Amino acid sequence: MTNPLWRTGRWSDEHVELFIGNLLRWGVILAAIVTVIGGAMFLLAHGGTIADYHVFRGQPDALKSVSAVAQDAFRLRPTAIIQLGLLLLILTPIARVALSLLAFAKQHDRVYIVVTGIVLALLLYSLIGPGI
Amino acid sequence: MTGLVAVGSFAAGMLGALTGLGGGMIIVPMLTLVFGVDIRYAIGASLISVIATSSGAAAAYVREGYTNIRIGMFLEVATTIGALTGAFLAGWISTSALSVIFSLVLAYSAYRSFRPREEHSIDGPPDKWATRLRMDGTYPTPDGMQPYTVHRVPTGFSLMYVAGVLSGLLGIGSGAVKVLAMDQAMRLPFKVSTTTSNFMIGVTAAASAGVYLHRGYIDPVLAFPVMLGVLAGALTGAKVLAGAKVQALRTIFTVVIVFLAVEMAYKGLRGGL
Repeated sequence: MTNPLWRTGRWSDEHVELFIGNLLRWGVILAAIVTVIGGAMFLLAHGGTIADYHVFRGQPDALKSVSAVAQDAFRLRPTAIIQLGLLLLILTPIARVALSLLAFAKQHDRVYIVVTGIVLALLLYSLIGPGI
Repeated sequence: MTGLVAVGSFAAGMLGALTGLGGGMIIVPMLTLVFGVDIRYAIGASLISVIATSSGAAAAYVREGYTNIRIGMFLEVATTIGALTGAFLAGWISTSALSVIFSLVLAYSAYRSFRPREEHSIDGPPDKWATRLRMDGTYPTPDGMQPYTVHRVPTGFSLMYVAGVLSGLLGIGSGAVKVLAMDQAMRLPFKVSTTTSNFMIGVTAAASAGVYLHRGYIDPVLAFPVMLGVLAGALTGAKVLAGAKVQALRTIFTVVIVFLAVEMAYKGLRGGL
């Protein structure tokens, strides 16, 4: 990262924008790498499977929650590694919001601390909450 | 099938970037009409690809100084609540109804994106909400940094809720409705509207993606060629856009999109999806 915010201690809007740009870029790159690895492992193990997506069956529980995906990815199950890559991708904008919250806190910008806090809470609720 | 889906997604990503519609608008019809995928799996895979292209593009725009992060952050309250509403509704609405709603939104987005854009003059006093929320900003132009003021914040906020609902319901970025809110209602400069809209799309999509993950709509084996294909296609599209005869391409794409919209509505009404 070219812009170590916490080392320079400068939390101006321009610095934060630069850092957010980097965060988004590296988040997408990391997610894509993990997904490619998982995808390659899957194709090597199963070849070009003709999967049937015509009928909706949903996914097994092992691919439906953050903790289950992380556990199975460590056991090197290809589908779980792909799902981990997709999770990293979902986490990228969430991390961006968390970083914005930190920046507004450093700027003592109360209105935007509340605004950003609401958005972050909604995102976390969707990802790890009891479901809707 | 994985290879074909990847190639198709690459084309969809490129088309999405060139038309300004976004990959999601093309991915869902492609997966359902061409590959016979259930619309729920298609929406799950599309949402993932939407996060990838939005975040990838936003990385560049934010650094160029067009994106207004405060406006984006404030309006994301509306889009994330909307996205959760949409994801909730998606569990109750029939797949036929989903197809018909999708085709209507597709037709509308195509209509918006092919209309000529005009920059509006900066007029009237700024909205009191805009002042309180310190939304007014500056953006780079050939003549240096230009200041702009923000108007009709409540209208923009309401439209953003609608954009969020559509995004959560259909697995799309709803860029067209977001730009409508910022360009038409809030009267932001066009480049600020489009880049801030793109910036918000990732967060909006992430809000419903969590719900879709728990519901089992996100199939890793289907989603990975879609995500990688759309991402590569969008990056290529953005490069091509710099030197292409955009007007000619757009005319061709309009025909394709109208065809997709009609086909989706027809299949949806017949219960074929």
